[in-house]
Amino acid sequence: MKRVSPARLAARGGASFTRGVCGLLLGLALLGSAQAAIDTYEFGSEGERQRFRTLTVELRCPKCQNQNIADSDAPIATDLRREIYRMLEAGQSDEQIVDFLVARYGEFVLYKPPVNARTALLWYGPAGLLAVGFVLLGVIVLRRRRQKSTDSGLSAEEQQRLAALLEHTQQASPAAQTPLDKLDKRDNNVS
Amino acid sequence: MRRLLLLVPLGIFLGLALFLYRGLFLNPAELPSALIDKPFPAFSLSSVRGDRTLSKVDLKGPALVNVWATWCVSCRVEHPLLNKLTKQGVTIYGINYKDDNTAARKWLKEFHDPYQLVIDDAKGSLGLDLGVYGAPETFFIDREGIIRHKFVGVIDEQVWREQLAPVYQGLVDEVQP
Repeated sequence: MKRVSPARLAARGGASFTRGVCGLLLGLALLGSAQAAIDTYEFGSEGERQRFRTLTVELRCPKCQNQNIADSDAPIATDLRREIYRMLEAGQSDEQIVDFLVARYGEFVLYKPPVNARTALLWYGPAGLLAVGFVLLGVIVLRRRRQKSTDSGLSAEEQQRLAALLEHTQQASPAAQTPLDKLDKRDNNVS
Repeated sequence: MRRLLLLVPLGIFLGLALFLYRGLFLNPAELPSALIDKPFPAFSLSSVRGDRTLSKVDLKGPALVNVWATWCVSCRVEHPLLNKLTKQGVTIYGINYKDDNTAARKWLKEFHDPYQLVIDDAKGSLGLDLGVYGAPETFFIDREGIIRHKFVGVIDEQVWREQLAPVYQGLVDEVQP
């Protein structure tokens, strides 16, 4: 049996323990983020709850910039959730609520920016680049294909010589490499 | 012509590199206010001293409108400079944002009060209309009550000297052409 020193055993036990703790913490953290958005708001209907959910997910928290209002724990996000809830209850439309927030915090709060002249590049840029890529690819492929079918890059004289060479090698035995080499050399001299 | 075409990828690369290099030095936390060149929002709130109700007409520009709170640590850092600016003759109004009134009064007594008027915005309703998302924030209003500039964060000597004093001076000069 391989002997393992107590210290190493302890270290191994320690490692698996640490891993366990890490896993547990990670699990708890995920659980926390999944529940962060749940507020104690009561909605008249399921549709309203859904609208609230969509709005808070699509609006960005001004303070903690990479979170939406639904997930953020910042005080300002809490305020905005309350404000959105209040406006929903008051019967305002989604556009009215979004416009209200944009008027105060700017288009920055929109995770889904509107399509206008300033954001056109953002919306259509990737598709445009992809289209340009496809066009270029098409052009290159077409060009190559045409080149291959119409001309092999050899003049009529050269083709004749190629045919002669092929014939020559077919007739010669496999050992007859030298004449071909000589031919090559002569070829170089000529050109 | 063909040679030149070979330079196209290099050109694209350089353009992209320049674009991304610039991005390294941008501050993502800096949001342009949606309220620049818009009138200061209407409000009707009591003063922190509780002696009167304040509204938009009480704010007479050119002035600074400083959003602060006792729970805001950076506001404490900023406070001495505001005191100094008041002594230099700069008009500063305060918005006590989502704060406890007693604590706010105590703060003003202890650290000196640099504000001409302090609006008590305990619920943060005026803050919401101003697009405030933290404290301190400082708005610059002109004589017409139009918001002309917004600064987020602590105003220190350097920021004032290099960025904000010229803005304020510009607003003052507009009044006396």
